[in-house]
Amino acid sequence: MPLTVYVDGVPHPARPGQTVAALLLATGRTAWRSTRHGGRPRGLFCGIGVCHDCLVAVNGLPDVRACLREVCDGDRIETQDGATLPGPAGERA
Amino acid sequence: MTAPPRVVVVGAGPAGARAALAAARGGIRVVLVDGEPRVGGQYHRHPLAEPGSRRLHPLERSVVAQPRIEHLSRATVWALEAGPRPGSHLVHLQQGSADAAGRTQRTLVADALVLCTGAYDRVLPFPGWELPGVVTAGAARALAVGQRTAVGRRVVVSGTGPFLLPAAVSLLTAGSRVAGVYEAGKPSRWLRNLPAALRDGGPALLAELASYAGALARHRVPCRSRRAVVAAHGDGRVEAVTVARLDARWGVVPGSERVIAPVDALCVGYGFLPQLELPLAAGCLVRDGRVVVDARQATSAPGVYAAGEVTGVAGPVAAAAEGELAGLAAAADLSRACVPAREAAAAARVRAGRRFAAALEETYPIREGWRSRLTEDTLVCRCEEVTYGQLRDAVTDRGADAMRTIKLTCRVGLGACQGRICGRNAADLVAGLLGRPPADTLATDRRPLAHPVRLGDLASGPDGPPATC
Ligand SMILES: Cc1cc2nc3c(=O)[nH]c(=O)nc-3n(C[C@H](O)[C@H](O)[C@H](O)COP(=O)(O)OP(=O)(O)OC[C@H]3O[C@@H](n4cnc5c(N)ncnc54)[C@H](O)[C@@H]3O)c2cc1C
Ligand code: FES
Repeated sequence: MPLTVYVDGVPHPARPGQTVAALLLATGRTAWRSTRHGGRPRGLFCGIGVCHDCLVAVNGLPDVRACLREVCDGDRIETQDGATLPGPAGERA
Repeated sequence: MTAPPRVVVVGAGPAGARAALAAARGGIRVVLVDGEPRVGGQYHRHPLAEPGSRRLHPLERSVVAQPRIEHLSRATVWALEAGPRPGSHLVHLQQGSADAAGRTQRTLVADALVLCTGAYDRVLPFPGWELPGVVTAGAARALAVGQRTAVGRRVVVSGTGPFLLPAAVSLLTAGSRVAGVYEAGKPSRWLRNLPAALRDGGPALLAELASYAGALARHRVPCRSRRAVVAAHGDGRVEAVTVARLDARWGVVPGSERVIAPVDALCVGYGFLPQLELPLAAGCLVRDGRVVVDARQATSAPGVYAAGEVTGVAGPVAAAAEGELAGLAAAADLSRACVPAREAAAAARVRAGRRFAAALEETYPIREGWRSRLTEDTLVCRCEEVTYGQLRDAVTDRGADAMRTIKLTCRVGLGACQGRICGRNAADLVAGLLGRPPADTLATDRRPLAHPVRLGDLASGPDGPPATC
């Protein structure tokens, strides 16, 4: 059964088991956040949860690794063009 | 009454799955913990669930069919502590949707611990490697095989090691055009080792590699050795790459540079780095970036065994053999029910794997010439955006000579990945600048948390079932 998720408010069909990174790439994006210091674009890099380049906000919660997170029906995915997510020092131990 | 002994295996790749099966067959209760949804690790990636199909890989089927194994999927171990008995450990984990708030907290008591946490791609920095569209070879394969998604339409693959071939083939399968595979090393050195490679790697592995080479030839993918991507270019994403010929030390042969354009993705891999944080947290001795194990996969820490790529990179067959031996050894040590014949057979396969790993390392060494490609503003640390110039100044102007001080001086390795991506490269660069290795290379491998944990979850403690959809 196909799912529907929202990328920056726009609905997109998604497949069960699909990762947020695969979904974002399928929508034609290569970058979905900017770096804290230089404001440079980043997207997928290591693909297995090691590098933390692919962070994205899901359902309002930032710092989710897009390469690991599987989509759920109705997920709201917020890319971060031009802005910065709160740094790992804030939200995480 | 005391509970029957329990083995906790961390990592359900070829090594961990085999370890769990071997220990369970030895009559021991096993908990097999892995962050991924399915059993299989990096090698046996499962294609995204097709509607109506729930096909299990044979390895996964054996795990599911074994009543003494409890498989905790989507569960990440973030800390280890000494347990109530000598050699026992407390294993702290979180289960549920990746990086979600309110994942279920659990703490297991492990009478023996088998660490099979695998490895991740190493990428040597070069100008432009931080551009979106530049990914690791492993990322490209995981995306192609696990998600049936191509990382780009016109892709270049570069780095060193036999793994570049399956990565390139997976791209073809996902529908990408591969504009070239550039291997910095000289794989013809393999030929010198061929009889040994056949004996130790096994004919199946060589046949697999030959099939990849065949697929690349059929698609007329140019495959060149002693060449590498030395720079990536683009505005906000990779659009072109520079490929150059390398000399024996991996310096660029002047005048050999050639731009390949357009490309929309570049996949890079210079071998693998073992995931060391849990072995280090358990107090295991680590040498040359690998967990040191004895002839039965026991580490220097009592009650802790390690298997697979954490002990050295030799491919999935060797990882499985090490896993089986570790599982047999852990079960035998807990129950005193040793199966000498099975241990001996597994040990023989492990020795072959070790020889194969040594041959791989000799065939695909990393040469110091890569350092000459870095310019003043090439990023060394991607998270904290520390440039080569800043790292060099910390060493040459400010006299820092230990990784710990260098980290604090220029912030290399202090970001979200905790130095996993840059630590080894930074230590090598510092060694080049100092003319000797820095005082404390391991400082970049020690991490307080093996996995990120949300502060709110730490405060809330154990609760209901895992939150997944
Ligand atoms: C992205 C990638 C792709 C690869 N593709 C190939 C390939 O196509 N062909 C090939 O020959 N080799 C490939 N390799 C090399 C591969 O690592 C080995 O061949 C083989 O999979 C090693 O088996 P392993 O059991 O040692 O580790 P892995 O298969 O890597 O398994 C380790 C497991 O441990 C889990 N884990 C790690 N840390 C934790 C933790 N803290 N908590 C819970 N779980 C944890 C991981 O989720 C993973 O499933 C790849 C490696 C990577 C990194
Ligand atoms: S791409 Fe590295 S953590 Fe997701």
